[in-house]
Amino acid sequence: MDKTNRPIVLEAKGLTKRFPGVLANDNINLKLHQGEILALLGENGAGKSTLMNMLYGLYTPTEGEIWIKGEKVELSNPGEAIDRGVGMVHQHFQLVPPMTVAENVMLGSEITSGGGRLNMRQAIRNVRELSEQYGLAVDPTAVIEDLPVGTQQRVEIIKALYRHADILILDEPTAVLTPQEANELFRIMRDLTAQNVSIIFITHKLKEVLAVADRIGVLRSGQMVGTAMPEDSTETSLAEMMVGRNVILRVEKSASKPGQPVLQIQNLHVHDDRGHAAVEGVDLEVFAGEILGIAGVEGNGQRELVEALTGLRHIDAGKIRIDGQDTTHFSPRQITELGVAHIPEDREKHGLVMPYTLSDNMVLNRYFKAPYAKGLIMHHDKIDENGKVLVKEYDVRPPNVHALAQNLSGGNKQKVIVAREFSSPTKLLVAAQPTRGIDVGSIEFIHKEIVAQRDHGVAVLVVSAELDEVLGLADRVAVMFDGRVVKILPIAEATRERVGLLMAGSDA
Amino acid sequence: MTTAAMAKAKSRGDYVRIVGLIFGGIVLLGIIYGYITNPVTTTAVLASTLRQSTPLVLGALCGLIGERSGIINIGIEGQMLMAAFIAFLANVYTGNLFVAVLAGLATGAVLGGFLAFMSVTLKMDQIIGGTVINILALGLTSFFYQTGLTTQGKLQAIALGPLAEIPLIGPVFFDNPPITYATLILVMVVHYVLFYTRWGLRTRAVGEHPSAADTVGINVYKMRYINVIIGGSIAGLAGAYLTLEAVGSFERAMTNGRGFVALAVMIFGKYTPFGAWGAALLFGFAVALQTQLQFSGRLEIPHQFIGMLPYVLTIVVLAGFVGRTRVPAAVGKPYEKE
Ligand SMILES: Nc1ncnc2c1ncn2[C@@H]1O[C@H](COP(=O)(O)OP(=O)(O)OP(=O)(O)O)[C@@H](O)[C@H]1O
Ligand SMILES: [Mg+2]
Repeated sequence: MDKTNRPIVLEAKGLTKRFPGVLANDNINLKLHQGEILALLGENGAGKSTLMNMLYGLYTPTEGEIWIKGEKVELSNPGEAIDRGVGMVHQHFQLVPPMTVAENVMLGSEITSGGGRLNMRQAIRNVRELSEQYGLAVDPTAVIEDLPVGTQQRVEIIKALYRHADILILDEPTAVLTPQEANELFRIMRDLTAQNVSIIFITHKLKEVLAVADRIGVLRSGQMVGTAMPEDSTETSLAEMMVGRNVILRVEKSASKPGQPVLQIQNLHVHDDRGHAAVEGVDLEVFAGEILGIAGVEGNGQRELVEALTGLRHIDAGKIRIDGQDTTHFSPRQITELGVAHIPEDREKHGLVMPYTLSDNMVLNRYFKAPYAKGLIMHHDKIDENGKVLVKEYDVRPPNVHALAQNLSGGNKQKVIVAREFSSPTKLLVAAQPTRGIDVGSIEFIHKEIVAQRDHGVAVLVVSAELDEVLGLADRVAVMFDGRVVKILPIAEATRERVGLLMAGSDA
Repeated sequence: MTTAAMAKAKSRGDYVRIVGLIFGGIVLLGIIYGYITNPVTTTAVLASTLRQSTPLVLGALCGLIGERSGIINIGIEGQMLMAAFIAFLANVYTGNLFVAVLAGLATGAVLGGFLAFMSVTLKMDQIIGGTVINILALGLTSFFYQTGLTTQGKLQAIALGPLAEIPLIGPVFFDNPPITYATLILVMVVHYVLFYTRWGLRTRAVGEHPSAADTVGINVYKMRYINVIIGGSIAGLAGAYLTLEAVGSFERAMTNGRGFVALAVMIFGKYTPFGAWGAALLFGFAVALQTQLQFSGRLEIPHQFIGMLPYVLTIVVLAGFVGRTRVPAAVGKPYEKE
């Protein structure tokens, strides 16, 4: 719906942000109207998060002006943005893990009774009221680190509402949500706009944009390249606007030619971090030259399965063979050395060393071998050379091998991992959520690379919460539910409906 | 959770609790037995326990206030030593004990500010920052100390009326000099502030996840500065305790590693004030017992072995039964805003 005749609540005029060596935002103009959902699209590293961080007072603009509700503002810290009704849910959750929901919600805007004493009871009551009013189910006394990401997301939204935000910035809120959780979020967003809350919504999922946005803005290389209305747009037109070229949204591949079994899993049992049984008797085989996709709602044992077979998690019972070798009790290094590439689900925890440079991150699986090292001596020139080649080949931005991994945008972090894992000899590729948080152009690229690996005879196991991704890539689809593989289907028989039903636990 | 895992987790907790109870029971019985057979010595050992633990508790409080906000303070030793020296000089030249205590507090605070400047503003490695303070304090105090100076008086014990008359408990808890009382009160105050107030919530958030605190408008740098400065002044109080209450004069390097033992006490106490207090009491008790054993000379054991007692006992009890400590997640890492 066109809401551009409504009053402007937030405006950026000529905003520019320069980091050492990177022009992240270049003279950006942006308007947000009351009660509007403005979707913001852009490739990884286009500058979306940077722009939002300036509007929220976390970053100081190099140049330009910010106007909130008709008033020019200088935001020197987020507190000043919060006071003006701006709330933000960050791309990486900003919650203190060992604290409770209520403590996290009130942090910074605490309710106190005399002498700075926290009034926990009142805080819990407030959280409960907000959670009922907006249908955001959370237990205020639960500890954050025990909660699934979907719930943590709701806590972040409650945090903003608790501060009476009427301008809400959501930076990739759906990247870690299941489709059901995402739909739930859209319902909440519509409820909020009905109450005149204005929302900026960042996502890489074009379907979502078309479903929920009132207006669409597109960023490319730090510049605002245009706006569009959802009724005049298609996924293809949006993708083209973002990337500046024609993007193929479907995976193109020929029929698979499966060879010998490479990965064989027998009756695997694994528990999760809290000691619950997570994988309960999984049998699975992946053959050379095929892609096996694992579909399933997150939290049904996929993560633990992947961690078990890459050596990151203790195996309670069962057997794993890779390329004929029993690897059940192998270390991650031994498994890597067999020719297993792993794109981990949590890229910041298992994929990269955040304070290391890109060059160093690109050799994490082989730094101890020639030509990168000889004995105890590291050859940094070789390491940098490798980094330069990969940065170019995989189009990592900025193309600076001495940049620190922690300063990359989310999608570029993922590209660094993919580059490293795909550039060593591989027999088995295990990819968990390989395109989470990645823009359409890069998804196309990563999917192509995965298919190319397959065509080279690599056995590929892809785990994804995106059903479209699994159905697009896989030659066979295994559906996981409640710690078990409930069905394995050849791709021709794996219709959306059938897999969806299996994922929900019904027998289809 | 599977029942097996649950049973395991539960039995681990039960095990620790049972051992703790048994251990506490033995100590209590020992004290009662000791009091019946030899009331004078028992009272002396317990009173000495409290005295020995005082600087350790204060040092640990200093450390934990800093670490809860994300700053490692290994300069406690230096802060104590410098404060002990300045408090001593203040007493020598003004003759006023109150002014001398304030001088100790201020010295600790200034060194706390210095540590904060190095680790928050300059983003220096915090271990190096603390070491700088330790070396500085040792060098300066040794250089400027002249023998022959004497203090004008010492902080005296104040008996709290009828409370001090209670057998055993009275002389141990209610007949102490002011800094010892202040320490007991500080343990409770820091506990209250850390877990029940706005300040404490923000401190813990800044030490666990500074960017989360930043995004809700909390000034991470300011919180860290203030916590480290307040911590420093508490270490300063420990220094003042040494010169003004325990010894009555200054000696070179008189802190004698207490600042480092305080760090151990803080960790064994799981970064909580009461935990640190318990750990310090245990250590103090072992020191008092050891002194008493050496003093009585009745045991035919080389004194070096008796001298090890506090350390061995502390390690065995605390490492064996306290279990895993959770360290504030962001401790030691400078916070980068952009
Ligand atoms: N703190 C920082 N220091 C240096 N460079 C930075 C910093 N933050 C971001 N950048 C750079 O600025 C550019 C824009 O990054 P930003 O995070 O805004 O991208 P984005 O559009 O949010 O991407 P994504 O979709 O991957 O999240 C990138 O090139 C990134 O490397
Ligand atoms: Mg971003």
